Amino acid sequence: MEVLMPQLGETVAEGTIKKWFKTVGDKIAPGDNLFEIETDKVSMEVPAISAGVLSEIRVAEGAVAPVGAVVAMIGDAVIGGDGAAAQPVASSGAAAAPSKAPQKNTEKPKTESSKAEAPKADAIVDAKKSGPLKLDPYREVRSPERNFGPAQLSNGITATPLARRLAGEGNVNLTNVRGSGPRGRIVAADVHIALQSSSGRAAAGVSTGPSLAQVKALYKNVAHEEVALDGMRKVIATRLVEASQSIPAFYLSLDVRMDRLMVLREEINAGASKDKDGNATVKLSINDFVVKALALALKRVPAANAVWAEDRILRFQQSDVGVAVAVEGGLLTPVVRNADTKSVLAISAEMKDLGARARVRKLKPEEYQGGSSAVSNLGMHGIRQFTAIINPPHATILAVGASERRPVEMAGGVGMGGAGRERPFMPAGLQFATVMTVTLTCDHRVVDGALGAELLGEFKKLMEAPSAMLI
Amino acid sequence: MAKAVKEEKAAVSTAGLSEELRLRMFRTLIELRETEQKAHDMFLQNLVKGTVHLSLGMEGIATGCATAMEPGDLTFCTYRGHAHTLARGVSMEKVLGELMGRDNGLLRGKGGSMHLTSVEHGVMGSYAIIGAHLPIACGAAWRAQYKGDGDVSVCFFGDGTTNIGAFHEALNFAAVWKLPVIFVCENNMYMEYTPISEVTAVENPAADRASAYGLEKIMGDGQDCDEVYRIAKTAFDKARSGGGPSLLEFKTYRFGGHSRADPAKYRPAGELDFWRDTRDPVKIYRKRLLDLGVAETVLASIETETRRKVDEAAEKCKAAPPPSADLLTTDVYADGGWAWRN
Amino acid sequence: MAELTYRDAVARGLAQEMARDPDVVMIGEDIGKAGGVFKATVGLYDQFGPQRVRDTPISEQAILGAAMGAAMTGLKPVAEIMFSDFIAVCFDYFANEFPKSRYMTNGQVKVPLVVRTGNGGSSRFGAQHSQSVENWCMMIPGLKVVAPSNPRDVVGLMAAAIRDPDPVVFFEHKSLYATKGEVPDGEIVDQLGVAKIVRPGADCTIVALALMVPRALAAAERLQSEHGINCEVIDVRSLVPLDTQTILGSISRTHRLFTVEENPRLCGWGAEIVSIAADECFYDLDGPPVRITTPHIPLPSADVLEDLAIPSVDRVTETVRKAMSA
Repeated sequence: MEVLMPQLGETVAEGTIKKWFKTVGDKIAPGDNLFEIETDKVSMEVPAISAGVLSEIRVAEGAVAPVGAVVAMIGDAVIGGDGAAAQPVASSGAAAAPSKAPQKNTEKPKTESSKAEAPKADAIVDAKKSGPLKLDPYREVRSPERNFGPAQLSNGITATPLARRLAGEGNVNLTNVRGSGPRGRIVAADVHIALQSSSGRAAAGVSTGPSLAQVKALYKNVAHEEVALDGMRKVIATRLVEASQSIPAFYLSLDVRMDRLMVLREEINAGASKDKDGNATVKLSINDFVVKALALALKRVPAANAVWAEDRILRFQQSDVGVAVAVEGGLLTPVVRNADTKSVLAISAEMKDLGARARVRKLKPEEYQGGSSAVSNLGMHGIRQFTAIINPPHATILAVGASERRPVEMAGGVGMGGAGRERPFMPAGLQFATVMTVTLTCDHRVVDGALGAELLGEFKKLMEAPSAMLI
Repeated sequence: MAKAVKEEKAAVSTAGLSEELRLRMFRTLIELRETEQKAHDMFLQNLVKGTVHLSLGMEGIATGCATAMEPGDLTFCTYRGHAHTLARGVSMEKVLGELMGRDNGLLRGKGGSMHLTSVEHGVMGSYAIIGAHLPIACGAAWRAQYKGDGDVSVCFFGDGTTNIGAFHEALNFAAVWKLPVIFVCENNMYMEYTPISEVTAVENPAADRASAYGLEKIMGDGQDCDEVYRIAKTAFDKARSGGGPSLLEFKTYRFGGHSRADPAKYRPAGELDFWRDTRDPVKIYRKRLLDLGVAETVLASIETETRRKVDEAAEKCKAAPPPSADLLTTDVYADGGWAWRN
Repeated sequence: MAELTYRDAVARGLAQEMARDPDVVMIGEDIGKAGGVFKATVGLYDQFGPQRVRDTPISEQAILGAAMGAAMTGLKPVAEIMFSDFIAVCFDYFANEFPKSRYMTNGQVKVPLVVRTGNGGSSRFGAQHSQSVENWCMMIPGLKVVAPSNPRDVVGLMAAAIRDPDPVVFFEHKSLYATKGEVPDGEIVDQLGVAKIVRPGADCTIVALALMVPRALAAAERLQSEHGINCEVIDVRSLVPLDTQTILGSISRTHRLFTVEENPRLCGWGAEIVSIAADECFYDLDGPPVRITTPHIPLPSADVLEDLAIPSVDRVTETVRKAMSA
């Protein structure tokens, strides 16, 4: 495992090693400070990111090295040692793999700087290697851990393995890249061009923004706790960065008059029988209606009941609607299948079950994958309005705010109460009504403005005349 | 043969041998016989896998030579090496354990029957490639000569080996360099499944070639421990004192086939019975000791005790575990590992 | 510092080790009084005497067997097999005896010997005296294999091989014997299992061995000056142990791999390196790895024909240029 001179600032090309905190032979744990570097702007400590033994220091205190240069090696054992570390771990084969394999596929420094630091000839005679490899008899060669996709794209064009990896790491869609290799093959240079021309942002890697080292440098003197990312957090980070970078999204908001739905819901819930513990057997939430309304709306506007599939749109007959559920540390989006055909009651029961299991992370993958749209409801937190980020490959997502009493202009006349009873005559003018603001995020590749408006319009109709949802 | 001549021959054979030495040889004979018989039986019980090449009937040569060797002398033998290994003092348990592929085996199951080695006892290997060890024995002798260590290398092989290239290279080499190495041919009359006479240009496959390398023609009865001892001791002493190599040929017979897989049907009718009844080295020596006045009870107690020891060793081996999986990759290289790359 | 020929470097390396350790002895045909048929062991007989530098009959099996027996019992023999083609005559020792004894005997037997041998073609010796057979040894578990390309490495690797406790096959290249190079004074001890980047570069990695190293370097010069292709050239030096880290590290920077191998095509040493790279460096490769080898034929005798067979500077240059411009 190579220890590299880190990039401290945008314009910095090299750094001086001011001090080594460890010496060759020291055991290293991730997070241990290895050395301190100084550039013309700042000095900082560089921690280790892997465990092992510091097997070699290549750049001594006081020496300068370019960014990306190998300054030290962390290995399994000290090199040039007595070879006692070479005992193989034959039976526990799995243990031998992880420390070696991923290093080939993790981010490498930019190719420009790595070209500059190719080792000098004749530098090799002294023992310099990180100790003997812990060979596994059935895995003498370390295959890459990650697969970066097929050699041949859906359009018949091939891409070299390196090009595929660079595209995967840089979040570049290879179908949009022109290949300069033989028979139109996409080579690394082509992906580099695509990376540079995509929105002018730093294109290396999925994680954007300042590096760990840079951020930690900012908070060097502020007490903080480090929270490692669990699987869910990582997925959220990756997919939503990808979504926000690659989806051409636009947002449509409208207000829904909730009075009739509130009355209907109260009636249904009040009329529910009680079970043996005294709890109501039926307790519908607003969101249950929202899910049903959206599902029906998607049926009514089938062109919006679709997902984006790289170079085409897949359109569905059934309405599978995802519902965002807050869980500790993040959120999950279980999917209610065929929500258009299920009664609100069924949806409610299903949501209770899915929600409970989501909160204890007991969902199966098939329960939270797929769907063509989703609902995210922050109304219970008092949020008036917000925009949600689409879960790829969905074409839409509906962000639901709180139902609030707001002043509205009413036409005069007789209003309708529940159960067909007439309400007292309401004069024209400013009144209060229960209003809920919803915002539909649309992927412009699938759903254009008018289509999105149409979908939202149908949703509004169903919510405002909820009896249609009961049949 | 007239009785007088026989007696005289016996007297000559045993001249200079103490009763202690003779009893030592008898004990060795019995240990070799009983252990080898146990190996034979365990093969039939499927406790010994693969195959084994047994020395039943050939114990006289191993016994006589090992007894004539000094503790620092080196043994090189072939895949038919159980007897030679045991005769140098390696324990029965370790030998049987190795045949059974157990962790308590001499090589912890890494080498098997054909490669029995115990450096601490001077058994520098059993070699499966015909003839390969003759030059290797020369090398060990070269070292003894170079460093003046005073030990000799004794190299055992069969009649078939005398026709392979390495035999001739080694003999010439040893003779030219005057190395302290003794080549012992155990002529059991069969080169694997073929009578040696059908594939050899001379009658005595080793002894008749000695002159080609400037060496003396030396032959003996491999079934007579005393004769083996006398001839071997003479050759060893000669080499030790700088007199150079010797080529010895002992006539012997194997009671079993070439290997356990071989029922040895190629032998003429009656031949096996003849050798088993009248030319069995154990029977011959037993009778000789009785004739020389050793008590029957002494001999019987050696036999009984040996059988007990063999049974005990076998039971220990049956209870021993197989070698653990991590032995798979140990000791390919001197660092104990097997890494070919970094 | 002195300029030595490759053949003098052989003698220098041997002398260095024999002076240090009285257990180092030499054995081979015509190596003593005659100084070796390639004059690679001149002076050693005079310096160390007939007990330590011993001539033998023409008996390759005896030579290697004796070396093994001596090594097993305490000496550090260096045995010569005059032409590496003759490894076939005594192959049992390479394949079955040296490399397996330690393993089979559960670590009891040690075989700390070196076999040095004159390898390679381009000297017009014909098909049975010109082969490159490092791959014959590379494929046997338990052996170590080195093949230096220059005088300094000869000395350093000879010392490392003699000091190594395992059986090492030391391939000297017959057509390099007359080449010269700078060798520092004093004791030189190199390391087995370490490759050298002899020319750093950025556009492609060329891995070569022995005689193919100077040819690869010459090709790299031409590729740079005539075609602007900046090649990184690696002298593998040691096939077993193999310095995969240096090679794979280079590929991860340059993204293209070429091997230049003198052995005939099938199962050449480069095939193994390409296989490892295609696996571990799959996602670093921007083009197929290319092996430049002698065709899969016996070597002809006539100079014009032999030069067509063994990879030449022209062929290496053209092959790399074509592959890089595809």
